[in-house]
Amino acid sequence: MTSNTISGRTLFDKLWDAHCIDDLGGGTGLVLIDRVMLHERTGGVALESLAAAGRTVNAPEQVFATMDHVVDTLPGRTDATIMPTGRDFITATRAAAQAAGITLFDLGDDRQGIVHVVSPEQGIILPGLTLICPDSHTCSQGALGGLAWGIGSTEAEHALATSTLRVRKPRTMRITIDGALAAGATAKDLALHLLGLFGAAGAKGHVVEYAGSAVRALSIDERLTLCNMATELAAFTAIIAPDEKTFAYLEGRPYAPKGDAWARATESWHDLRSDDDAVFDTELRIDAADVGPGITWGTSPQHYAPIDAVIPAYEAVATRDSREAYDRALDYMGVAAGQSLRDLRIDAAFIGSCTNARLYDLRRAAAVLKGRHVAPGVRAICVPGSTQVKAAAEAEGLDAVFRDAGFEWRESGCSMCFFAGGESFGAGERVVSSTNRNFESRQGPGTRTHLASPETVAASAIAGKIADPRAFYLGN
Amino acid sequence: MQPFTTLTATAAPLLRDNVDTDAIIPSREMKSVSKTGLADGLFAGWRYTQIGGRNPDPAFILNQPDYAAAQILLSGENFGCGSSREHAAWALAEYGFRAIVAPSFNPIFRGNCIRNGIVPIELESGPVANAAQALPLTIDLAAQTVVAASGQSWHFAIEAEPKAMLLGGLDMIDLTLQRRDRIEAFRAIDRHQRPWAYFAA
Repeated sequence: MTSNTISGRTLFDKLWDAHCIDDLGGGTGLVLIDRVMLHERTGGVALESLAAAGRTVNAPEQVFATMDHVVDTLPGRTDATIMPTGRDFITATRAAAQAAGITLFDLGDDRQGIVHVVSPEQGIILPGLTLICPDSHTCSQGALGGLAWGIGSTEAEHALATSTLRVRKPRTMRITIDGALAAGATAKDLALHLLGLFGAAGAKGHVVEYAGSAVRALSIDERLTLCNMATELAAFTAIIAPDEKTFAYLEGRPYAPKGDAWARATESWHDLRSDDDAVFDTELRIDAADVGPGITWGTSPQHYAPIDAVIPAYEAVATRDSREAYDRALDYMGVAAGQSLRDLRIDAAFIGSCTNARLYDLRRAAAVLKGRHVAPGVRAICVPGSTQVKAAAEAEGLDAVFRDAGFEWRESGCSMCFFAGGESFGAGERVVSSTNRNFESRQGPGTRTHLASPETVAASAIAGKIADPRAFYLGN
Repeated sequence: MQPFTTLTATAAPLLRDNVDTDAIIPSREMKSVSKTGLADGLFAGWRYTQIGGRNPDPAFILNQPDYAAAQILLSGENFGCGSSREHAAWALAEYGFRAIVAPSFNPIFRGNCIRNGIVPIELESGPVANAAQALPLTIDLAAQTVVAASGQSWHFAIEAEPKAMLLGGLDMIDLTLQRRDRIEAFRAIDRHQRPWAYFAA
């Protein structure tokens, strides 16, 4: 299944060609999987099901598991969880990982954290690798120049048993973002801006390569945020060509190659970019200068507006939303067309998740919070993306900034990005959140979620209502 | 996996776009480390009058007598978006759904359907719903057709491999394991070319 040799190859084509073991016909390839990542929510059931079928993990040394989805994030946590049956997931995953000989970043291990935070942090994802995880936000890891994508549990079993997946070759899309982001705009605002422009099915089934000067200018932490929300665009995954920033980020990481192997690897990684004459199935371009701070107003990540805008009238979204969907979203969110977003009072602020809980995110939020305090009545929570992020933040004194501002400072995990039956925000409560999904009841039964950057979450926590972060850090 | 050949069944219209897997099976309903016991939690947030309760909301389509035995679901764009949780497909299958008709599917969810005997049929669902009303639809996977009681019919596309998997109820792991020698030979060569991709066993 080699590509057309007349025109150049996309970065994705190169990764596909390097991993395609056999052409299975009908556009489907048998694709070598270099890394499998698991977490206790979906990984335990995959490992148990595999064992129950009498199968074994083909290459357990290539498989890693972490505890992130149902573990508590309150200090002093144990296997017991606020989620009623959380302990079962933790103990099942631990037992299954041990039985299969898989490396586990368990509770109490300083490598523990959210799977898409710890994989780059440990150098598990590398440029040019294929990596799968039964988790939709696996697309985040494409930020390092690997082909990483989310799958279901049954496909995870397939990858564990065979070191391969049967994959229908996806179409390709390049989104080129040139120029400089407007002042106060972040990678999160960029990701949400793209959702607002192209919609929640805007990259349906495509591998999206993010390119352009604005993408090159992003740090690795920011690239991870941008790629994270490709699944919200319904993409197969996202990828960014590796560059010197990528290599600098990875060098010396525990599972990254060392010495001669590092030299050989980086030499080969320099070819990991789309050829100048590569042809994509779809090409989109945006100007980074058009991206400012923004926030979602509805119950789909495509319901996005600039922070200083009003809730749009139906006519403005009619090409994408049915009248019923629009009315339902406004009703659920307790908002009305024409209402200013910045007039919405909030009950809670949440900084966390695989989208926005890396050190860069915490630094930017802390810059807004420093010397300030959250508004009375606002519950504010910060959950670092990994145990290492937490330690690094504490070494810089960021924990004190968050605590002094009135934020809870938690242990690492997915926490209240979603409601799994344990902790949640209340019905009707309005939460400004640095997470990735604003679906109905995602963060709690009846909870109203507004997605935004960590800076906007911090600014809103201080103001007690949705706030423009630019007013807060221009003076810093 | 149960093979799928033909099915004649009622089709329930849930014609919303972007129905996400949190809506199909809320995380709070995934209580055990298991692929079963999920049917009661299917669409729990919409199906019952209260979160966590089990009193049916009569307004929800699956609670209406005409659609109580529905085995086909009709929905909108980007069905199954959001979390990759396969529990969404497991819950739909356990409830009794064998096919979903929607203009488009989220890619991960679509893969999960195929691996659990649910046929994802990419068609504009509005016209199908108008033709079907509460009368049965017939799906013929081999012929790739959906036929309404009125005789109106639609052809749908599906790639060869998923079609074969669904028709035969095949286990893809078994099929792939037949290529184990080929896979290991590929890995052995690749290991020389990309040693950094491999850890010591």
